[in-house]
Amino acid sequence: MTAPATLFDKIWAAHAILSRPDGATLLHIDRHLVHDGASNAFRTLKEKGLAVRRPDRTFATPDHYVSTLGRTLSSINDPNRRGMVEDLETHTRESNVKMFGLSDRRQGIVHVVGPEQGLSQPGMVIVCGDSHTATHGAMGALAFGVGASEVSHVLATQTLWQRKPKNMRVTVDGTLAPGVVAKDVILAIIAKISAMGGTGHVIEYAGSAIRGLSIEGRLTVCNMSIEAGARAGMVAPDDTTFAYLHGRPYAPKGADWDKALALWRTLPTDEGATFDREVHLDAAEIAPMVTWGTSPEAAAPITDRVPDPKDAADAFRRDNMERALAYMDLKPGMPLSEIAVDRVFIGSCTNSRIEDLRAAAKVVKGRHTTIPAMVVPGSGLVKAQAEAEGLDAIFKSAGFEWREAGCSMCVGMNGDLVAPGERCASTSNRNFVGRQGKGARTHLVSPTMAAAAAVTGKLTDVRQLMANG
Amino acid sequence: MEPFRYLDAVAAPMEAPNVDTDQIIPARFLYRKRNEGWAHLLFHDLRFNDDETPKDGFLLNMPPFGEAKVLVADRNFACGSSREHAVWSLYDYGFRVVIAKSFGDIFFGNSFQNGLLPIVLPPERVEALRAALIKEPGAHIVVDLEKQEVRGPDGTVDRFEIDAFRKECLLAGTDDVTFTLSNIDRIAAFEKAYESKLGWV
Repeated sequence: MTAPATLFDKIWAAHAILSRPDGATLLHIDRHLVHDGASNAFRTLKEKGLAVRRPDRTFATPDHYVSTLGRTLSSINDPNRRGMVEDLETHTRESNVKMFGLSDRRQGIVHVVGPEQGLSQPGMVIVCGDSHTATHGAMGALAFGVGASEVSHVLATQTLWQRKPKNMRVTVDGTLAPGVVAKDVILAIIAKISAMGGTGHVIEYAGSAIRGLSIEGRLTVCNMSIEAGARAGMVAPDDTTFAYLHGRPYAPKGADWDKALALWRTLPTDEGATFDREVHLDAAEIAPMVTWGTSPEAAAPITDRVPDPKDAADAFRRDNMERALAYMDLKPGMPLSEIAVDRVFIGSCTNSRIEDLRAAAKVVKGRHTTIPAMVVPGSGLVKAQAEAEGLDAIFKSAGFEWREAGCSMCVGMNGDLVAPGERCASTSNRNFVGRQGKGARTHLVSPTMAAAAAVTGKLTDVRQLMANG
Repeated sequence: MEPFRYLDAVAAPMEAPNVDTDQIIPARFLYRKRNEGWAHLLFHDLRFNDDETPKDGFLLNMPPFGEAKVLVADRNFACGSSREHAVWSLYDYGFRVVIAKSFGDIFFGNSFQNGLLPIVLPPERVEALRAALIKEPGAHIVVDLEKQEVRGPDGTVDRFEIDAFRKECLLAGTDDVTFTLSNIDRIAAFEKAYESKLGWV
């Protein structure tokens, strides 16, 4: 009998090809997802005279540089940005890599497309040149982001050298209060363990509140593992996972499905397996969250006030908090629910899936925005689904812009930017200085909280807005 | 990749924690090619005013820190995005070593692929080094990769840890693709066995 192992241990062991004396392991990569930031990696490959080793395990879609106003190359006005999408088209065509291009409805944010197509499956090792690759861990996979050199290494060899991270488990038990969603859970986790709480670890999210989440919700939680410092986050595959995957285009079919399912059921962490670090949260104590600072760890319940640097534990933290509040233009002690915002963004690999849009639309229905607001669906298929359900009509009649799929204002690389000094309630993942544009001020929130902010023009407790009718 | 063995150079103290890769290199520059040069874009929005003149008070705009090749940061340095451009920008500017309490995991790995040496030292030692650099601007830090030692301005020596393989690669200036491809038979054998079992992948 083998020793009890974690989900992460099992996936790691199943992909280990060989080890170096220094302890690094060469891992087999099941899926390599590629986006329009991969130009330098493809160029490096060419310079070395190497070819893509496994085009059959490589899938591409443009997302960072695409215009959200059109689905043609010419809709990307800036030649440098357009060049990145053209580069991806050229490189994937030359190397025979499957591409979900601009004219394909399956195009979208790579971390939305992977699960949606059934490409991301339990037990897989999935990498992509993007730190939010952790998202796919929600499918019960080991998924992590890599840099350009590692992208070219994977293209050339379909393997990657990694040192095994430690095991960490974050258990959220209990029932989430009404109005509290997956985004609030992960922001509460990061606020508790800090932006480096998961550094050097792979986080397994467990507990009844996590198991109670839909796949969309789990994707949101795993997505922000990197904001907690962890390169990967994962949720054990269960019936929710299997039901989500069944029938998706790239999911196994027929006899293969049965074989896969039998294997997947062996993946969850064994009883008695040990973790290097354990953290527990009580789901009932989590409230709708907002960030007030310039690191995702600067998150608090909407019912709180802007913290006072005077209360900081030491001078170093105080200085740091003062810098963040100065950038955010906030005064200590001010209720978070009184912070006026200039703009709302609903989208990104964190919160642009159909469930996110349904939840936001429910808040918006019959109400109207008081500030500029936009919805950017995570993929062409999410957009089509939302339109089939009439969500686009709800958003548009409420005053939202309804755009085409892409990363958009989360990182602004396509030109969808928050203006200097503007304050944005955003469903994205990073509130870093200048992230959404130079001088932009970001408050991270859930889709329902973003919708509420769009209606009232300030950070708002969505529970109150809904209760007040 | 240039080999790295030994460095005796001006060091700059950067006090803030969680310096993320968006600050190191803003996203709007990422479309550029590796060989186009990234030195002038490092810390761009912290370093330059809107009219591209140097911003008063920013570390690298203050002599003698502008010529630093060692950066002594705080905790969680280069957290955030996986953009390797953060390493390229630091490297092209002239940095060869970053010392910190901790690093973003992805940046840490990216550094070794480009000849930039990230060193983790205990928090109190990082703070002591920064204090020494503030007290004596322009002071040097010596980094000896062979011996795995950092010597501070006051002569204090700290030993640091590094994987043997990564050390070898840095000393030789090689990346790991060549080494991996020398094992291609084992990779192919693994794939065959793996796919016979998990044909649907």
